[in-house]
Amino acid sequence: MYRYDEHDHALVQDRVTQFRRQVERRMAGEISEEQFRPLRLMNGLYLQLHAYMLRVAIPYGTLDSRQMRKLAYIARRYDKGYGHFTTRQNIQYNWPKLEETPDILAELAEVEMHAIQTSGNCIRNVTSDQYAGAAKNEIEDPRIWCEIARQWSTLHPEFSFLPRKFKIAITGCDNDRAAVKVHDIGMIMKRDASGEVGFEVIVGGGLGRTPFVGKTIREFLPKEHFLSYLEAVLRVYNQLGRRDNKYKARIKVTLHETGKEEFARLVEEEWMEIKDSTLKLPKEEVDRIAKHFEPPAFRAVPEVAPTTDARAASDAGFASWLRHNIFEHKTQGYSIANISVKPMGEAPGDATAEQMDVMADLADEFSFSELRVTHSQNVVLPHVEREALPALYDKLVEAGLATANLGLLSDIICCPGLDYCALANARSIPIAMKIAERFTPAKQEEIGDLQVKISGCINACGHHHVGHIGILGVDRKGEEHYQVQLGGSATEEAALGKILGRGFSADEVVEVVDKIIATYLDIREDGEEFIETFRRVGQTPFKERVYGTA
Amino acid sequence: MALLERREDGAAEIEDRFTRLGDDDALPGSGGVLVSYSRFSAEREALLSRDGDLGVWLDSNESPTQLADDLDRLAVVACNFPAFNDGRAFSYARLLRERLGFKGEVRAIGEVMLEQITFMVRSGFSTFELKDLKELDEFKRVCDEVRVVYQPTGDGRQTALQRRLGS
Ligand code: SF4
Repeated sequence: MYRYDEHDHALVQDRVTQFRRQVERRMAGEISEEQFRPLRLMNGLYLQLHAYMLRVAIPYGTLDSRQMRKLAYIARRYDKGYGHFTTRQNIQYNWPKLEETPDILAELAEVEMHAIQTSGNCIRNVTSDQYAGAAKNEIEDPRIWCEIARQWSTLHPEFSFLPRKFKIAITGCDNDRAAVKVHDIGMIMKRDASGEVGFEVIVGGGLGRTPFVGKTIREFLPKEHFLSYLEAVLRVYNQLGRRDNKYKARIKVTLHETGKEEFARLVEEEWMEIKDSTLKLPKEEVDRIAKHFEPPAFRAVPEVAPTTDARAASDAGFASWLRHNIFEHKTQGYSIANISVKPMGEAPGDATAEQMDVMADLADEFSFSELRVTHSQNVVLPHVEREALPALYDKLVEAGLATANLGLLSDIICCPGLDYCALANARSIPIAMKIAERFTPAKQEEIGDLQVKISGCINACGHHHVGHIGILGVDRKGEEHYQVQLGGSATEEAALGKILGRGFSADEVVEVVDKIIATYLDIREDGEEFIETFRRVGQTPFKERVYGTA
Repeated sequence: MALLERREDGAAEIEDRFTRLGDDDALPGSGGVLVSYSRFSAEREALLSRDGDLGVWLDSNESPTQLADDLDRLAVVACNFPAFNDGRAFSYARLLRERLGFKGEVRAIGEVMLEQITFMVRSGFSTFELKDLKELDEFKRVCDEVRVVYQPTGDGRQTALQRRLGS
C-alpha cells in the first residue's frame, strides 16, 4: 500500500497545525460558530444531533494493521470505545470533544491518515473496489489511480468550493463492487482494441433525492490523461453546476439539464486545451506510486487445501462462512476473507475498539498486515492462505466476528439515521436490527443473496435506491414512517428501485419485508436470486402479497 | 474595506486606483474606473478610448472568456464572490491567467474569506478586497500555512511531483 513520502507527510502535518489554530480561535471566541463552520467542515468535523462527529478518510478503503490499531486507540481514548464504518470507506467517531479534535488529527497524521475533504463541497475521499489488488479478473490495481487522484484533489485550489460535494470511484474489474455508476465520476479500467489500458469515464450518477445512474461520456481514456480529463470535467462542472438550489447542484443534475452529448462536448473542448499540460502524468511518477501497490510476498502454495476442505466437510458453520465470506483470490492457494461487522443485534458498521484491535492482529497474522473497509460497511483481509482459513475462522468466532452473512439479508447497509443524524426523518439502525433478527441464519441462507439498504431520510446515505429491497425513512405527520422499494442494484447492472406503494409504520415494515421474501421464495425458479426473480416478474406479485391487491 | 496585494513575503495594503462605478454613475474625466460587465458591453468604445485605466468586474455567472478580445486593454479584472461558497471565480482566475494570458491585476471582491486566500493566490488572484484590515497580519500566515502543493497551476509554485522528479 501507499506510504507517504516527506511531501505527503509535510502537507498533512501542516494541515493539523492549521486546524489546531482554527480550533483555538474558536475556543477563545475570536471567531463565531458561523465563521468556524466552513473551516471545521474542511476537516470533516460535523455538528450532529448530540455532539460533534469526526469523519476520517480511509483512502480507497485500504489500511494496514498499524492504522487500524490507531483507529482503535482513538475510539478508546477520544470516543466512547467504538467507531462507525460508513458506506464511503470512511470511519466516523460520534463523540469527540471539539478541543480534542486537533489531537485526534495529529494522532492520525502519525500513521499517514487524515480527515481532509471528508465533508464540504469538494472532492471527497476517492473510493474503490475493496478487493483491489486481490481480485481475480482485475485489469490493473485501481488504487494506483485512486492515490494519484487523492493527491491531485487534496486542497485543490480551484475545486474546493464546488456547487456541491463530489465523489469519485474507480474500479479495475468488470465486476463492479465500487458502485461506480452511482458516483459523480465513476471510472472502470479497461483495454482498448490495441490492448492498451485506460478508463471508461462515467459521469452524473448519484443517489439522494434525485437518483440517477451515471452515463458514459468517454469510452476510453488513455492513462496518461487521467488527471487532465478529471480536471476538465471538474472545471466544466464548477462553472456550469447550479448554485441557486442545493438540491439541484450535483453534477447529475448538471448533466441531466445540459444533456449528455453537450456536456461531453464541453468536457472534450476543455480537455483539448489542457491535455498536454503539466497535468500529463510522467511514467516515472505512475511507476513510483504503482510500486507501493505491488503484491506482497505470496508463498508458493498448492491449490488444494486439505485442512480447510476437511473442516468444511465436518463443520456446517465453517462451511457456511466459507461459502459466504470467502472470495477467490488471484493467487493460487490464497483467498479473500470478509469479516462481517454486522453481527446480529448490533448497528451495521459499528466496531468496538477491541474488535478493531483483533482485526489488526489477524491482519498481521494472516494477511500481510493489510485490511480493507468496504462500501457495504464490512472489513476484508485481502490475502489469506486458503489452508489458514480454519485458524482464522476460529479466532474470528472467539472475537464474535465470524458472522457468515456476507451478501445475505442481514448484511444490511444502513445510515446512522435518527439515532445520530440531525437531518433524519426516522431511525434506521433499529429497523436494520429488527430485520436481521427476524430471519435465522438458516433462513437467510435459504433466501440467498439479498441486499437490504436503509436510509433515514431522502439524502440516501444508506443507498436505499440501489438496494434489492430499499427502505426509506419519511416523516408522516410527525411520525416515523417507511417507504419500501424493490429492484435496485449498484453493480455493473446498476438500477434504481421502484417504490412499492404507500408507506408503513416501524412495526409494519418488518412484516412487509417478511411478505416480500415469502413471495420470492414461493415464485423463484431454480437457482434464481431475489434480484433475478424481481427482474423476471416485476412488482405485481410482491404488491399483491403486501397490500392484498394488485 | 482594505485592498491587499500579494507580495513575495506576504502582502501589503495598497491604495485603490480604481473608482467602482455603478451602471448609471457619470464617467469621471480621468482616473481609473472599474465597471460591471454589462456596462462594459454597453459602452465598450467610450470606455476603452477614455483617458485613464479601465477595469471590469465580473459577477460569478460571467466568464472572463467574454473579455478575451479586450484583455490587453484592461488594467484589472475583478471577480466577485457573492458568497464564500460560490467557487466559480477560482476557475475564472485560472482561465484568465493560464488560458487567456492576462498579465494585469486580478482582484478578488465580495465575500473574500481569509482561509481561502491561498486557493485564490494559487488560482491567479493578485489583489484582495478585505472587509477588515486586521486580517493583514493573518494574511502572510495563511499563505504559508501549508508548505506542500500537489496541483500545477499558473502560480508557478513547485509541486510535490516536481520536487520528487527533481530530487
Ligand atoms: S440518509 Fe438522512 S438520516 Fe441517514 S445519515 Fe444521511 S442525512 Fe442522515
